[in-house]
This record gives sequence, structure tokens and C-alpha cells, in this order.
Amino acid sequence: MRQELSRESDEKRSEPLELNLGPHHPSTHGVFRAVVELDGEIVTDIVPHLGYLHRGYEKACENKQYHQIIPLTERCDYMGASSNSLVYCMTVEKLLDVEVPERAQVVRVMMAELSRIFSHLFWLGTHGHDVGAMTPLFYMLREREEIMNLFELTAGGRLMPNYLRIGGLIRDLEDGFVDKLRAFTEHFDERVDEYETLLTKNPIYVDRTKGIGVLSLEDALAYGVTGPMLRASGLAWDMRKRQPYSGYENYDFDIPVETGCDIYARYLVRVQEMRESNRILKQTLDRLPDGPIRVSKPGFIFPPQEDIKVKMEALIHHFMLVVEGVKPPVGEVYQVIESPRGELGCYIVSDGTSKPLRLKWRAPAFVNLESLAKMSKGYFFADLIAILSSIDIVLAEVDR
Amino acid sequence: MMTQEFVQEKIVERFGPETILNAVDFRDQLTLTVPPEKIYEICAFLKESPELQFNLLSFVGGVDRLPLEPRFEIVYQLCSVRHNSRFRIKTQLAEPAEGLPVIDSVVSLWPTADWHERETAEMYGIIFRNHPDPRKLLLPENWKVHPLRKDFPLEGSPEETPDLPS
Repeated sequence: MRQELSRESDEKRSEPLELNLGPHHPSTHGVFRAVVELDGEIVTDIVPHLGYLHRGYEKACENKQYHQIIPLTERCDYMGASSNSLVYCMTVEKLLDVEVPERAQVVRVMMAELSRIFSHLFWLGTHGHDVGAMTPLFYMLREREEIMNLFELTAGGRLMPNYLRIGGLIRDLEDGFVDKLRAFTEHFDERVDEYETLLTKNPIYVDRTKGIGVLSLEDALAYGVTGPMLRASGLAWDMRKRQPYSGYENYDFDIPVETGCDIYARYLVRVQEMRESNRILKQTLDRLPDGPIRVSKPGFIFPPQEDIKVKMEALIHHFMLVVEGVKPPVGEVYQVIESPRGELGCYIVSDGTSKPLRLKWRAPAFVNLESLAKMSKGYFFADLIAILSSIDIVLAEVDR
Repeated sequence: MMTQEFVQEKIVERFGPETILNAVDFRDQLTLTVPPEKIYEICAFLKESPELQFNLLSFVGGVDRLPLEPRFEIVYQLCSVRHNSRFRIKTQLAEPAEGLPVIDSVVSLWPTADWHERETAEMYGIIFRNHPDPRKLLLPENWKVHPLRKDFPLEGSPEETPDLPS
């Protein structure tokens, strides 16, 4: 319950207490500092301080060639790494006006949905931990390990696969990946049931989360909140359905929506989203077509590795792309996808050279974190920790 | 889905054709350039007009086009949840002989613009008039440099950022 704030008549409480939270504290999920003003145990104001993890990502991107930026993008939101390289590659593909082959699109959806599950799993584990439930984290890490093994199998990287390339993928799926992924999708639904037995009807968890951190739909839109937080405030707004990309219009899935506007509703939405992602994964396996994994556009997209060794033109194009980079036409585009945290957008201004004139990263965690003060005023300090974790921030993405 | 041309027509209808300084259609994305002194009015119209309802602001960002004149651009990427539509307007700011370029803040329209504008302000050295909380966001308070400007070196410089290791 939001507490009554008009305590000014009470002289003992006339002086507010300022408490510093962070920058190094496990509950801040990274390096985040907030100065919290307390009246007794009740939060009256909160001033966030960001920038401890600011690495000048956008400046670095302006000084790199288009192909060299892909690994940097995955270091923003390292929990949903493939979503980041997906939105970046799609933006550059839009600049170059190329269409990705169907097989690559299906594999991209696979990677994006795996990273969504990956991100939501870790969120659920750490969120449970923040409200005092130790057990879920160990369950989540078990399945998260399986997903990391899948990433490692086909891409090499476990946390940051760096598997997507402009125009498609770096290489085809590894032998055995499809069977392992199928085995994962078949038992994953039961695992989600297991998580739900731990929390969904757990009276302690429900007491800590129901009616806490309420964010109305008007406030959510005013603060630019997107993703599971907006859907927990009652709006079915999901880019995969509303403005489909990468072939999402071909899959049969639902958008989970809750109207509680509180932490509990956000929990329910994310758990349902894991089930829906698993549904999409099953469909990608059924419809995975044969064909090329990268579009062929000499001089713009890297030629296939096997061609470089036998074809003179392919070697020349490869060499030129490495040395000079790809040069898109002059123009500007904005592309969005639905990342695990919300609307992840990439805005690139090209001046016709091989480096972007400007790359703006619309990071959903950065925008969603802005609503923290709005959500937490009037609740207990202990609730603030739960509210902060319900936003699902990744500080590397907030600070960029 | 509402077309971008429809939005452009509505702006012309309300503010007159001289408001559109430039309209570029690239890969089905329209970018309108409008005068900086009218940006608040146009944003308010885009947000509040019942036919448009751009109630979700995706981001506010800056672009530095050095050595071109006018040097700076401020970009507003809007989204209408009601009409499932996106729209982008931008405005150009010249660098004044003294001091920093100034533009109206849109925080009173979309509270989410608060952090976007603070970031743009510190990165490009642009003053957002009527901003409720014009502190730095990501950079230390004592820095006087604007790192995303094109004339700021990638590796930084020791005089300008004294707390960085050399």
C-alpha cells in the first residue's frame, strides 16, 4: 500500500533522512547510485545518479566501420545480447536496402527468443533474490546454462554470441543445434511450471509485490515506458505484433497483458512471455527452411567464407569490405525491435562514408529507469529494492 | 495505420507551408525539418491533436554535422500508440558566436524527455530552455567538455578531462 505522506505536523519527523543507495550494492544490479530521501521508513523522494558505467558507446560507434560495431552493440544489453545485434543489423540493412534470406530470418528469431528467455530467467532469479526468495535463482541458472550451451555450440560465445552479421549470419547452425534446441523447448514449459510453484501463489511473495510500485497506464506512456512494464500496465503494445520485423508476422503467439500495474503484474507478464517465446521457438524449428544464410550483394555484404578461397571476385570484395568498409547511401533511418526490456531502437545517420555520422541507441532500460521516482514515492524503503528490480535494468545499457 | 504524409499535411494545415524547411523521404521514413523557435508548438500539436496523438516519445537526440552549417540538429522520434505510427521531426541549430545554442525543452509535454534532454545537453553543449532539472546526467559535474561533438577527440584530452588517466 502507498503510505500517507502528510506527516509534517509530527515534529519528530520534521527532518527528512537522506540515504545513499549504491553505487556498489547487489540490489542495484550493476553500478547505480540513488540518493533516497526518507521519512521514517517511507520514501519521499529519490534522485538517481547514473554514468558509472558510461563508456562512450555512441562516440566509439561513430569512429568505427559498420561491420566493427556489431560486437559493441552486444555489450550494451549483455542479458539479451542477440536482440542488440539484431536491431543494429536490421538498421544497417534498411540503410543498404537489402532483404535477409528466410533461413537467416528464422535463425535470427530463434536467437532473439532464446535471449529473451535467457534475460527473463536471470531477471526472475535476481528479482526473487531481491525480495528474499533464494531458491528461484538456482532453478533459473540451471536453464540459463542450457541456453548458454546452445549459444556456445553454434556461435562460440556464451554470454555474447556475436552471431549476427549485416545481411544475415556469420555461419550456419552447427550440427546438432536443432536437436538440442528441440529437446530444450520440449521440457522448458514444465520448468516454467516449476518456477510458478515457487512464486505465483507464494503468500510471502504476493504480499511483497501486489499493489507495490503502481504505475498507471498514463504515467507509463508519459515516461516512455515500454516492454513488459507497459504490458503489465494494461496495454498490449509489442513491436513483434504491432510493427512486425524479421518475419514475426508468420508466427502464432499471444501478447501477455496484465492490468495490475504493480510488481506482481510485471512478474506475471514476464513468466507468460517465457512460455510464448518457447511457443515461437517450437515454430521456428518446424519452419526452418534450407537456403543461404547471408544475402548476396557484392561490395556491400561479405561473401560466403567458402567462396573466398576459390573465387577471385569474392576475395577482392572481402578484402575491400575489410579495408574500406561498407558505404551506405546518405540518409537516416530508425529501426525498433521488441527487446526483453522494451522498445530497443537504433537511429543511424549516414553521410555516405564507411562510418556512421551518428548512432543513437534508444535503450529501453535507460528510459524505463526514469519512472523509478514516480513509482517508488510513498512506499517503504524495502519496497524500493523490489520496485527497482521489477524494472529489469541492465546498467551497461542504461549508461551505454 | 496513419501515413506520414497525413501527419505532414496536418502540420502544414495548422502552421502553414513555410514551417516545413525540408522534407526527406528515405527508405519509407519521412524526416521533417522545422524551425527551432516553433519546435515546442509543433510538438504540442503533434501530441495533443486528436487525429495524431503522438503520446509516446521514443527519444530526443542530437547530431553534430561539423563542418556544415547550421551545425547541430535535434531529433525528435515520436510514436502514436493509438494509430500505431511513427514520425520523426528535427530542427537545426547554429552555433552562436558566444555561448551555447538554445532550444525549448519538451519535458512538460513528455516527462520522458527529461533524461534524453539532459544527455543531449551535456554531450553536445545545448541548453534546453525551461528544463526542470538541468544537471548533468552521465558525465561528472565538473567536466566542461561535450564529448559527442565532432571536434572532441575520441581518446579525450588531458587538459579538458583532468580526472582521466593519461
